[in-house]
Amino acid sequence: MSAIVSIDNLTKTYDGGFQALKGVTLDIEEGEILSLLGPNGAGKTTLISIICGITNPSTGRVTVGGHDIISDFRAARRLLGLVPQEINLQPLERVMNTVRFTRGLFGQRPDDAYLEKILTQLSLWDKRDAQINALSGGMKRRVLIAKALSHNPRVLFLDEPTAGVDVELRKDMWETVRELQAEGVTIILTTHYIEEAEAMSDRIGVIAKGELMLVEEKTALMNRMGQKRMRIDLQVPLPEIPSSLAQYNLSHGETPSSLVYDYDAKGERTGITRLLNDLSAAGIVLRDVQTSQSSLEDIFVSLVEDRP
Amino acid sequence: MNWQAIRAIYLFEMARTFRTPTQSLISPVISTALYFIVFGSAIGSRIQEVEGVSYGAFIVPGLIMLSVLTQSISNASFGIYFPKFIGAIYEVLSAPVSAFEITVGYVGAAATKSFIIGIVILITSFFFVDIQVAHPVWMFAFLILTCLSFSLLGFIIGIWARNFEQLQLIPLLVVTPLVFLGGAFYSASMLPPLWQKITLFNPVLYLISGFRWSFFGLSDVPVGISLAAITVFFAVMLSAVWWIFRTGWRIKT
Ligand SMILES: Nc1ncnc2c1ncn2[C@@H]1O[C@H](COP(=O)(O)OP(=O)(O)OP(=O)(O)O)[C@@H](O)[C@H]1O
Ligand SMILES: [Mg+2]
Repeated sequence: MSAIVSIDNLTKTYDGGFQALKGVTLDIEEGEILSLLGPNGAGKTTLISIICGITNPSTGRVTVGGHDIISDFRAARRLLGLVPQEINLQPLERVMNTVRFTRGLFGQRPDDAYLEKILTQLSLWDKRDAQINALSGGMKRRVLIAKALSHNPRVLFLDEPTAGVDVELRKDMWETVRELQAEGVTIILTTHYIEEAEAMSDRIGVIAKGELMLVEEKTALMNRMGQKRMRIDLQVPLPEIPSSLAQYNLSHGETPSSLVYDYDAKGERTGITRLLNDLSAAGIVLRDVQTSQSSLEDIFVSLVEDRP
Repeated sequence: MNWQAIRAIYLFEMARTFRTPTQSLISPVISTALYFIVFGSAIGSRIQEVEGVSYGAFIVPGLIMLSVLTQSISNASFGIYFPKFIGAIYEVLSAPVSAFEITVGYVGAAATKSFIIGIVILITSFFFVDIQVAHPVWMFAFLILTCLSFSLLGFIIGIWARNFEQLQLIPLLVVTPLVFLGGAFYSASMLPPLWQKITLFNPVLYLISGFRWSFFGLSDVPVGISLAAITVFFAVMLSAVWWIFRTGWRIKT
């Protein structure tokens, strides 16, 4: 696979002097679904806005399909579709007209048959002649998606597509996203819902305070989540781990009087019984044992929370 | 050149205008008719002629200019301000369109609308006064240049404005007074000598004077100067728009 969007050391400092992006570097692979997770104000929208040409970058470089987003903006933008976070629609416009308008803006000839297909797919065909202000919030969001798809983009940005959307529609939207991926569209979505990122994506990125903290294959992340950790507190400090315990891959905790054992909770055997037997055989006296599970939520929280 | 985008913006703006034909076309016609009644009849009964032209006919070019100027500005400024205000501008900014294409679409539509209004007012005036156009080609040239340059000015105001008050500010505080004081309803030669000098600083005077010349062959300032003035104004507006898009001023953060 090759990168369709390539972001290199991108920074953004807003006019007031606030630095919203602090050097983001990221390659988005063609055909993948990438979720960007991050708390409010992390810089997700800023990142997307820069790629799509709505906000000017301060430093750094972005290419889409090999085209620089500034020096070769026409070629770059033709490949992009954007569903913004806010519902920014002209209230008196009619559904079909506003979708036609976007298609025209992106330089494509009118093709009502294609637009009919999109509107039908998004269950909007019945509403094609309705005025925007006569639609419900969820319908308006789907109009935004229809607009973003009107010109056949190769890369689709969905900025919190499921915020304020009911469960039913959320499922529909996931379905639509998967169909698009099957057609070869690369999808970048932002969300606050961890389970959504889990359900949808091939890769997950976490942004906090303008920095990309992590980007990882979802499966790798999930494996890490399946990991459990056992912390063993000892009566007497144990400066050296005995060789009889080597097979367990033990490590020291914060002090020599604690040991840490990582194991796969989903595995057939966890090795806990054997470990405890071998510990007492080695004459090691235990004071306390705790286990903890790392979830995506934990990983997320530990990444975004303030660290000293 | 992204012709489809220019077409999309242009048609979108024209559709927006003609969604409300009453507001867009009937109201300028009514206000023109009112001007004829008030100025033409009331004042015209005292001033019968200005330089050999009946007063009712004399004010026609000024009336057209008054409407064309205000309509160009308000239509073009609203056309770009409103999407900026509600955020719908995002799709124009994210589309593969150049500043030039955006400007052609928005300004072209605003100018077309005010051109139509100008023509409608001219036709309306045929019902009230006896009027002939001496230099029709020049008449159209002046009209089109005026529609374009003031739509550009309106476009700039729409980009500059941060709220609805600012949107109204320049048309109300600057343009309307300049039109009224620019000889729309009188000839500069009717003023005291000092004021004749002062009005020469009013750019709108050159416009109205040139436009009136194309009707009656008379003007306050030589027609060549009028033509030069409007051309310079047009060029200044074009450069301003070019600068705005180059820097992203008040459009992009
Ligand atoms: N136009 C602007 N001028 C100044 N600061 C801005 C501007 N837009 C965004 N910011 C700031 O930049 C930071 C990142 O904002 P951004 O909208 O990118 O966050 P986000 O990750 O999309 O958050 P959310 O999840 O709430 O949508 C915020 O602190 C915000 O206040
Ligand atoms: Mg956001």
